[in-house]
Amino acid sequence: MSKILVIAELDGHALNPSTSKCVTCATALDATEINVLILSDQCGEAAAAAAQIAGVGKVLTVEAAHNAQPLAAVLAPQIAAAAADYDYVFGPSTTFGKDVMPRAAALLGVGQVSDIMAVSGPRSFQRPVYAGNAILTVEVPEGRKIVATVRTASWKEAAGGNSAAIEAIEPAADIPSHTRYVGLESHASERPDLQAAKKVISGGRGVGSAENFELVFKLADKIGAGVGASRAAVDAGYVPNDMQVGQTGKIIAPDLYMAFGISGAIQHLTGIKDAGTIVAINKDPEAPIFEIADIGLVGDLFEVIPELEAKL
Amino acid sequence: MNKILVCIKRVVDYNVRIRVKPDNTGVVTDGVKMSINPFDEIAIEEALRIREAGNAAEVIVATIGSSDCQQQLRTGLAMGADRATLIETADEVDPLLAARTFLALIEKEQPELVILGKQAIDDDCNQTGQMLAALWGRPQATFASKLELDGDKARVTREVDAGLETIEVDLPAVVTTDLRLNEPRYVKLPDIMKAKKKPLETIAIGELAQDIAPQVNAVNWSAPAGRTKGVQVNSVDELVAALKEKGLVG
Repeated sequence: MSKILVIAELDGHALNPSTSKCVTCATALDATEINVLILSDQCGEAAAAAAQIAGVGKVLTVEAAHNAQPLAAVLAPQIAAAAADYDYVFGPSTTFGKDVMPRAAALLGVGQVSDIMAVSGPRSFQRPVYAGNAILTVEVPEGRKIVATVRTASWKEAAGGNSAAIEAIEPAADIPSHTRYVGLESHASERPDLQAAKKVISGGRGVGSAENFELVFKLADKIGAGVGASRAAVDAGYVPNDMQVGQTGKIIAPDLYMAFGISGAIQHLTGIKDAGTIVAINKDPEAPIFEIADIGLVGDLFEVIPELEAKL
Repeated sequence: MNKILVCIKRVVDYNVRIRVKPDNTGVVTDGVKMSINPFDEIAIEEALRIREAGNAAEVIVATIGSSDCQQQLRTGLAMGADRATLIETADEVDPLLAARTFLALIEKEQPELVILGKQAIDDDCNQTGQMLAALWGRPQATFASKLELDGDKARVTREVDAGLETIEVDLPAVVTTDLRLNEPRYVKLPDIMKAKKKPLETIAIGELAQDIAPQVNAVNWSAPAGRTKGVQVNSVDELVAALKEKGLVG
C-alpha cells in the first residue's frame, strides 16, 4: 500500500531522461502508486512526456512563474507539501536532485538515502560509499518517509506507451525570495549528451592542451560518441566542468567507454565502473586504469587516435 | 561581516586504498591516515581568503565527532582559522543530525556565512549543507566554484550538469564547495606551532542536539563486484577488431 512520488528533472521545458530512470527504480519497490511531480513555469511538454512512462499512475503539475528555474529553496517547500501523503519521495542523483532533495528531506524532518544503486527490500537499499570502493546496504526504520536520490547509471529508462492522467495541483508552500537565478553558462553541443550517450570517448591529462582535445572531439564525432574528461583535464582548463567524469563529476554507464591519457585514479573509476566495455589507451603500462579496462593498449594517444579515426 | 563558520569532517584520507572489513561491518580505519575532508579544506581556504580580503573578522572552524577530531581542527587553525569548536560525540553522526547540531551552533555564533564541503568522501552523501540551510530557513548555494560577496548578498557560480550556473543569495547563507573553488594553502611548521595557542572549545553534543538517533541504519558493507579481467592488445588493428567483435562499432 505504498505511494511513491518521483520529482521530475527538466532541461528547460523538456523532460530529462533521469526522471524515467527514477520511475524504474520506483517500480523495483512494491508500490500501489507511482506519481511524477513536475515543477515549472510551463509544465505541458514535460507532463506529456512523463505521462508516457510505463508505471506512472499520475503526473502532477505545479505550474507557476516562480518555478521557471530549478532553485532548490523555491522547489523544496513545494515538494515537501506535495509529498505529505507519500511513503517515498525519489529524485535523480544529478546536480538538480542532489541540490533539492536533501533540502526537501530536511523540511520533511527525515534523512535521505543518496545514490540508490539497488533495492534490497521495501526499506533497504544499496549505495556506493568511499568513491564506490564499498557498497553499503542501508535500512530506513519504520514509521518515517523515505527520501532518496537514484543513481541514474544503475537504472535503465522505463518503457513508454503509457497514458497517465495529468493533474494540476497547488501545494501550499511559502516561496522564499532570498535566492535568485542569474544565469547559466552552457556549451550547447550537437554531440550526444555525456550522461545518456551509448559511446563515450574521454581524455585526461595526457591530452596536454585544449587544442589537442580537438583530436578527441574528432574521433568522437566519427563514431557518434559523447565526450568526457578526467578531473585533471578540467582542472588544467582543457575542457569545461560539465565534461568531468568521476566521483565528484558525472557517473556514467555507456556501452563503450574509451579513455585516452587517463591514469585511472580511484575517483575517476567510480564514474565509469558500470560501463559495458572500458578501453584504455595510455603510454604508461603501469597506469591503474589498465587494472579495470576490458581492453588495454599501451601506446601514444597522439598516434593511436588518428589511426583509430582512420580505421573506424 | 563578522563571522564565517566553516563546518568540517574528519575522514579517511583520499589517498588511502579502502578495504572492507572481512566481517562486513565497515571499512578498515585502524592505523589508517585520517584527514580533513578535501572539500572542507577548500571551505576553510575560502573563508580565510574572505577574511584576508578584509571582508570578515573571524573564521571559526567546527566539527562533530570524537576527541580525535581535534587533530583536524588544529590543522584548520594552523591554516589560519581564529578558533575552533569540537562538538563531541562517540557515535556516528548522519547528515540530518549534523545539520541540526550545526544549526544550534549557528544560533549561538550568528555567522553571516556558513561554508561546508559539498560531500564527505567517506559516505559521499552530499546532504549536510542543504539540510542545514533548510532547517535554518536560509539560502543554499551548492557546488560552488566561485563566490563573490556584495554587501548583504553573495553571487555564487555553481558547477552543474549543464555547465556553470550563477545564483544570487541574501546573507546569511550556506555555501557548499566544489573542487575548483580554490586550492587550499599548505600548512607551515610555524603556523602549526602558533595554532596550539588558538582557542579550541569542546561542547558535548547533548548540549546542542537532543534527538540523536540515526535516520538511516547502515547494515552491511561489501566490496564492489569486480570486473572480469581484461585483455591487452598490441596494435590499433587489434583494438578495432576487438571492438567490432563486440559489436561496439560499425
